[in-house]
Amino acid sequence: MSHAIANTDNWAEVKAACEAVLPKHILDFIEANHGQAHSESQLIAILHLVQGHFGFLGQEQMHAVAQLAQIPLAKVTGVATFYHYFRLQPRGKHIINVCLGTACYVKGADKLSQRLMDELGIQFGETTKDGLFSLESTRCLGTCGLAPVIMVDDQVYGPVSPAEASLIVDKYLKKEKGAKAEAAKA
Amino acid sequence: MSNPVTEFYQALIARADQTLAERGDAGKTVIQIGSATCEHAAGSLDVMDEFLKHIQSSGREDIAIHKTGCTGRCSKEPIVGVLTPGKPPVKYERVNREVVHKIFTNHIQKGILLPEHALDGSLEEEYQYELIFCEGQRCGRLANLKTYFESKAKEAGIGRGVVKIDTHRCFGTCSGETEGKATHILVRPSKVIYRVYTEKDIDEILDQHILAGKVVERLAIKEKPVAQNFFDLYADVKFFNAQNRVAMRNSGIVDPESLEEYLKFGGFRALATSLSKSDPEWVINEVLKAKLRGRGGGGFLTGKKWQFAAANEEKTRYIVCNGDEGDPGAFMDRGMLESDPFNIVEGMIIGAYAIGACKGFYYIRAEYPLAIKRIENAIRKCREAGLLGENVMGSGWSFDLEIRLGAGAFVCGEETALIRSIEGERGQPKVRPPFPTTRGLWGKPTCINNVETFANISAIINYGGDWFAQVGTQASGGTKVFALAGKVKHTGLVEVPLGTPLKEVVFTIGGGVLDDKALKAIQTGGPAGGFIPAKWSDMEVDFDPLAKAGSIMGSGGMIVLSEEDCMVDISKFYLTFTQEESCGKCTPCREGTTRMLEILEKITSGKGELSDLDRLERLARLCQQTSLCGLGRAAPNPILSSLKHFREEYVEHIVDKKCSTKKCVALIRYQINPETCIGCTVCARNCPVECITGTRKEAHVIDQERCVKCGQCFEVCRFDAVERI
Repeated sequence: MSHAIANTDNWAEVKAACEAVLPKHILDFIEANHGQAHSESQLIAILHLVQGHFGFLGQEQMHAVAQLAQIPLAKVTGVATFYHYFRLQPRGKHIINVCLGTACYVKGADKLSQRLMDELGIQFGETTKDGLFSLESTRCLGTCGLAPVIMVDDQVYGPVSPAEASLIVDKYLKKEKGAKAEAAKA
Repeated sequence: MSNPVTEFYQALIARADQTLAERGDAGKTVIQIGSATCEHAAGSLDVMDEFLKHIQSSGREDIAIHKTGCTGRCSKEPIVGVLTPGKPPVKYERVNREVVHKIFTNHIQKGILLPEHALDGSLEEEYQYELIFCEGQRCGRLANLKTYFESKAKEAGIGRGVVKIDTHRCFGTCSGETEGKATHILVRPSKVIYRVYTEKDIDEILDQHILAGKVVERLAIKEKPVAQNFFDLYADVKFFNAQNRVAMRNSGIVDPESLEEYLKFGGFRALATSLSKSDPEWVINEVLKAKLRGRGGGGFLTGKKWQFAAANEEKTRYIVCNGDEGDPGAFMDRGMLESDPFNIVEGMIIGAYAIGACKGFYYIRAEYPLAIKRIENAIRKCREAGLLGENVMGSGWSFDLEIRLGAGAFVCGEETALIRSIEGERGQPKVRPPFPTTRGLWGKPTCINNVETFANISAIINYGGDWFAQVGTQASGGTKVFALAGKVKHTGLVEVPLGTPLKEVVFTIGGGVLDDKALKAIQTGGPAGGFIPAKWSDMEVDFDPLAKAGSIMGSGGMIVLSEEDCMVDISKFYLTFTQEESCGKCTPCREGTTRMLEILEKITSGKGELSDLDRLERLARLCQQTSLCGLGRAAPNPILSSLKHFREEYVEHIVDKKCSTKKCVALIRYQINPETCIGCTVCARNCPVECITGTRKEAHVIDQERCVKCGQCFEVCRFDAVERI
């Protein structure tokens, strides 16, 4: 794919609009790749950065990536929807990931999932109404020795019993309430 | 003879020695703490924090903290080692803040050991020396020398507290010459291995080493076996003693973020050797001699693959490390990437040199953030040291590495799909041939190897292909790392020579089935693999026997299933996985997995008919034979192998509408025994659908119509009145 910057008469306008959507480190990354050999192969890396910053891939951001990296939007969307890791919807503040790998499965991950669904009142892939938690499942976190495990944000917990799962959720709830109270005081 | 590469290497080692010396850790007590995703999850960061606080408040400056990767002893993490100069190293298991306090105030401050917290009970009481006798094929015939030592020590009045005796599977230092004539003994903490021929030799060791503290130079071997550093530290732990460590020789002893430490453990010597010979063919030949087969699952000879890539006329060639470990239940690649990243980088540079690649790519799944961080760090440090980039090690050859992240697609472990993914496309596989070694990344010859394959390369170069070949079986050389998990007592990473019987892995190393239940089957190879029934557990682990049994070696996941597991349910679990992960490109896989899953769901929900089994089998064979890539071709394996070995379970589900392991929810029901129910109302209060009725102090009843079979009542009842039938 050529990386000659588009030469349409409204390019300056489009470019400015797209640049307003993305943070500087992503713009820099895209810019640094311009003109490099096989630069289009960095698409997945760009999408990782976008998701890392926004928590998900929004229409607006994908459009900006497509324009600035000069990759067709169809391909950007195609890649974003192919890989499970990419999310197209906003997610809760805390992501609870239940591992459904084999080791966790044989050690009772289904019960754990059920408890979390009951506790939070949501199914896999959904977000609580207050926007605090999203419940997701993952295929294997590679910490099978501790099965069954859950990962809240970047923190892995294991082995977790259904009762302990409730306690973990409570811990985050308390923290959030504490933060809210602090904010109210301030 | 001066060679620019050798000079470069020597200067590098000198600089590393200096850096390590400047750290000033020599003579200090070292507290070694594991640091990897699993260790962190178990709480090792808290442990480190607590040790730092203790060291600070004690004001002692003769204590250093040493961060290492993970040894693979997962269920006992966090693991902490206390290494006091001149004393045998002590390891503690499941350390938390409280135990840190105990270790610090007793062991470190007062020298009182804590056997109750020792790793796998490896410490009964304090001792001065530990003698570890090799029990390998070639040494083991001389078991009489061990008996002789024991009786002599007794005569001399040397008892417990002075000498401890253990055995080890094989140090790998034997050769044909010493076969049946000599045995090897590792003496800890002296870091000496003796080669012993006669009883007189034993006398000498006893008199000079044990009683007078002098090393018997005459008997000490000069060469250093591949895993000596590892076993100097861990040879007293049963879990490790039955293992051979080649690919994982540095895991858990080296700081994964320090190039200097890796160099101290013999790092980059293999690369220096390879480059100084200026003969890529020599490298390929060693790997061929080693009979190293691809550890990603296919088992293709690595040397052959390299030969194909090197023979290509096209000069722009690429090398790729496949770290897209997507199998649920497998974590050996994560372990190696996190615990010994420099070794993987070195293996990859050697591979690149052998095939003449100009550029390499690390493909790592995004779910492994710590592994990515450690590889990034390793690449950066190698670049700074001149081990990557222009003119590698002064050899005139240039090569660089880049990391590419996966994004959660299992199919990208398949090599053609992986190539698409590196190119920034949807990871859909292509028809082979042409194989990637002919036309791969951007149409250029590309060699793709697994993490574990690369982890073995430096050992092959350092110790020779012939040595590596003799570790394994006739057909395949070396060891294999397995991720042992499921219903087994000791879970973790296990590295054993190929050809080791399965039951040895599960029972000797794994400690047997959890809660001493009966073993039902061993599942190898993840969703692409199959089940090995318990009656076949004598089988040797190697590529060909496993394939014959209807399973595959795969990347090395090994899940132990007990009598409490339902094979139909587990097969359904795997198929749910492959069905979701099917990329949708070819019809047999896309439709086949969906329909097979439908049939399994029908069976587990009690609606199956006997004719479903034939349909299932036919569909499975069709999917196996006609799918485009490995994912679809292997997806039916769990079904076919469970049908072959556990057909009666399917029949039971279909004919009797029963699941004897009580895993298939639709086939079980809960009821309350009026005899034992005392009417405490706990079940009724916990029932999410409020289908349990009854008054206080009277037997309760479950309304079967409304019951969702969640099992909550079964779990909360303290009087065992709720029955699952």
